[in-house]
Amino acid sequence: MAASGSKQLTVTTPTDREIVMTRILDAPRDLVFEAHTSCEHMSHWWGPRRYEIASCEMDFRPGGAWRIVHRGEGQEFGFRGEFRDIVRPEHITWTFEYEGEPGHISVQTLTFEEHDGKTTLTSTLLFDSIEDRDGMINSGMESGAAESMDRLEEYLLELRSRTS
Amino acid sequence: MAVAAEQLDRTFAALADPTRRAILARLAGGQASVTDLAEPFAMSLPAVSKHLKVLERAGLIARGRERQWRPARLEAGPLKEVADWMEPYRRFWEESYDRLEEYLEELQDRGKEHGDGRKR
Repeated sequence: MAASGSKQLTVTTPTDREIVMTRILDAPRDLVFEAHTSCEHMSHWWGPRRYEIASCEMDFRPGGAWRIVHRGEGQEFGFRGEFRDIVRPEHITWTFEYEGEPGHISVQTLTFEEHDGKTTLTSTLLFDSIEDRDGMINSGMESGAAESMDRLEEYLLELRSRTS
Repeated sequence: MAVAAEQLDRTFAALADPTRRAILARLAGGQASVTDLAEPFAMSLPAVSKHLKVLERAGLIARGRERQWRPARLEAGPLKEVADWMEPYRRFWEESYDRLEEYLEELQDRGKEHGDGRKR
């Protein structure tokens, strides 16, 4: 079993249009990379558990399109984009668009680094514009989701670990 | 909504500097004076004061009223907004990566079974 410490997802906002997430996975880099390259693999892990993959298409090559539809709670949610850059097994860059909010496109870059048989996966989400960035907070406010102070505490801990 | 977006801009601008993030991290442990804050960064008091002003304008900290010792303390609101903003992404990817880890484990077990025959 992996140590519980390695399960931590670290989330930071280095600039006003980026979210960077880092996670250490207990598997060699080739395999972690491979798990990102086809619907067969992606359908086992992509997205929250309460959703199933209703359909998936992936043309895994630079310029190739991808589309995944999630189904859950009586609704379907489509996501789509295009692969921009692929360097096996080091990085993948693709665009990401939620079909419910067409036109708001973000670019996700995944980098894979291996140390001692474990892989550090770093995901950088870059938003095209400040409007795209704020689309999320607005939708969050509308839904009026109750937030807990735990999140803030976690964020502060991350700030601390990032700067120490 | 415009107000919220402007506030978020100010928060992000203030957070973009590593020294200011370090100051916030320090303040997460309790209030501190300018002198306290200057110490670990080998910075002049005016330089620290400048950073504190940026943080204060962004609403990330508040300053005490005492004339000599104006302790700075963390204001949770704007940081919480940033944390809330990240929340949907965090939730999505956190769960995905938990699942990915399980899946990778499964793949590796399968590899051992079909692979070098070390399995007993």
